[in-house]
Amino acid sequence: MKVLVAVKRVVDYNVKIRVKSDESGVDLANVKMAMNPFCEIAVEEAVRLKESGAADEIVVVSMGPKACQEQIRTAMALGADRGIQIETDEDLESLAVAKLLAKVVEEEQPGLVILGKQSIDSDNNQTGQMLGAITGMPQGTFASEVNLGEGIVDVTREVDGGLQTLSLKMPAIVTTDLRLNEPRYASLPNIMKAKRKPLDVKTPADYGVDVTPRLKTLKVEAPAQREAGILVSSVDELVEKLKNEAKVI
Amino acid sequence: MDLSLTEEQALIQDTARRFAESELAPQAEALDQTKDREIIKSHCKQLAELGFMGLNVSGEYGGTEAGPVAFSLAITELAKACASTAVTVSVTNMVAEVIQAMGTAEQKSNYLPRLCDGTWLAGSFCLTEAGAGSDPSSMRAQARKEDGAWVIDGVKQWITSAEFAGVFVVWAVTDKSAPKGKGITCFLVDAGNPGVTVNKAEKKMGQHGSATNEVVFDGCRVSDSAILGELNQGFKLAVTELAGGRIGIGSLALGVGQAAMSYAMDYVRERKQFGKPIADFQGLQWMIADRMTELEAARLLLMNAAYKKEQGQPYATEASMAKLFASEKANQACYTALQLLGGYGYMQEYPLERYSRDVRITSIYEGTSEIQRVIIAKNLLSDLGR
Repeated sequence: MKVLVAVKRVVDYNVKIRVKSDESGVDLANVKMAMNPFCEIAVEEAVRLKESGAADEIVVVSMGPKACQEQIRTAMALGADRGIQIETDEDLESLAVAKLLAKVVEEEQPGLVILGKQSIDSDNNQTGQMLGAITGMPQGTFASEVNLGEGIVDVTREVDGGLQTLSLKMPAIVTTDLRLNEPRYASLPNIMKAKRKPLDVKTPADYGVDVTPRLKTLKVEAPAQREAGILVSSVDELVEKLKNEAKVI
Repeated sequence: MDLSLTEEQALIQDTARRFAESELAPQAEALDQTKDREIIKSHCKQLAELGFMGLNVSGEYGGTEAGPVAFSLAITELAKACASTAVTVSVTNMVAEVIQAMGTAEQKSNYLPRLCDGTWLAGSFCLTEAGAGSDPSSMRAQARKEDGAWVIDGVKQWITSAEFAGVFVVWAVTDKSAPKGKGITCFLVDAGNPGVTVNKAEKKMGQHGSATNEVVFDGCRVSDSAILGELNQGFKLAVTELAGGRIGIGSLALGVGQAAMSYAMDYVRERKQFGKPIADFQGLQWMIADRMTELEAARLLLMNAAYKKEQGQPYATEASMAKLFASEKANQACYTALQLLGGYGYMQEYPLERYSRDVRITSIYEGTSEIQRVIIAKNLLSDLGR
């Protein structure tokens, strides 16, 4: 079985992000970039499936400017077999990504598509679901456990009320939650070998997909600064303030 | 001219950084305080499994083949979290490199895979003696031929990783009648050899996590096949092949200096006195600017030395310059960083006092700053006539 994994290049989770002074977006100049952590979990899950013998090939796909090849190489160093980069400088919205992924799915015919549940930059949490809608494939989102059966995949999902297990007919889509696995470190010899793995560079035009943004960003603002709290001297005062000042009880 | 890293070098740096932040940093303080060798041993094992022990060793022998630049980057990242682990990794890499450069096919296939894959957690050099430090040619350890075997007798001092090393690279005098430095031979001795005793750990100022011991060779018998390089040519091997280790120690010093300054820079932006963050005072800004400029220069010297080595060019002078500058400037960076934290810097609750103790040795081991200057001047002056 072939597994397709989508990975996204995002600002490293350790970076304290800053909003550009013209409020047009987040300042990305001289900022460390990395693979989206949920995508790392997706790669790890695919590698484990390959190690267990359930999968025989892992194809990793990323979209964006040339720099996103770094994340494809990282995925290859972790165990992906080959990569596809869809090169574009356009600001890709979830729908454009899902449409492009649908084309890749059509071409590659994977048994399983694994994506992160969301990316830590825009936190949209849309791409996997949109891909499901476009392709008609069943989807198991927010996965905390994935078990392969004969032509089916059981996905345990983290839902508000607890855990829900779905049995999906393959080919299927899985989006990963935080507790699915703990990604490994890429071993150095595998980093050295990643360079020799094949990486195809395509464009959205190759797939006939229009990626022009449909949304317009009006303004990006930093969250309001949190104001200092006050110490109250008694429970009575606290209750009084919660009732009359904060008006929450 | 291109000063940027290759994709592989950047990925190796990133992996080293992530490993250091997630695995080493949370235990660095405990390792320093308790000197619990089980901590460093488990880290060495993990690092070997990831390919950090044979960074510049051929894949044929289980190495990573990543080159000296990647080696320098990796050591710096590891040292930011734990200097004790970084020195163990650096020395083990150098043991493997020396065996790769000078060893016979049999020695290479015997020793390198076990150093690279973590079967042995470390390798050690046994060069220094109580009376032979900066002047190793005055060593007293000797090896004499007896019944077709070599018998090594002598006491080596301050041997990094000796407690858990699998192999020792040992220098001993084999021809007492030869002029000074001409009758020394280098041997590969297994840690399990009954003639080897590792004595208790030294009490040190810093780098408490790394093992530093006296190693005694008493009637230690090895065969001719244990000779590394040529008979009586061991001293040349020590002075030429160990230049790469200076890149390692310079890179380590850089990492500690950068970690100290990075901590201090976060601190001065938070710490308020006289009604504003102390980062707003120009006096402190200039301290930061000076130290960071020096560390950046040290980084470039190290990259240059490593790059020359990677290209197969002579690099000994550059390695000494880089080691001298990086270790001296890292010491100053730690001093300044601690100063920027004021009284807090002196407290063990903050990592600055550990950085300051750990960095101090970098201008001493692997050749003191004074010896680096001797090497640099000698190389430069002897090149003048060419």
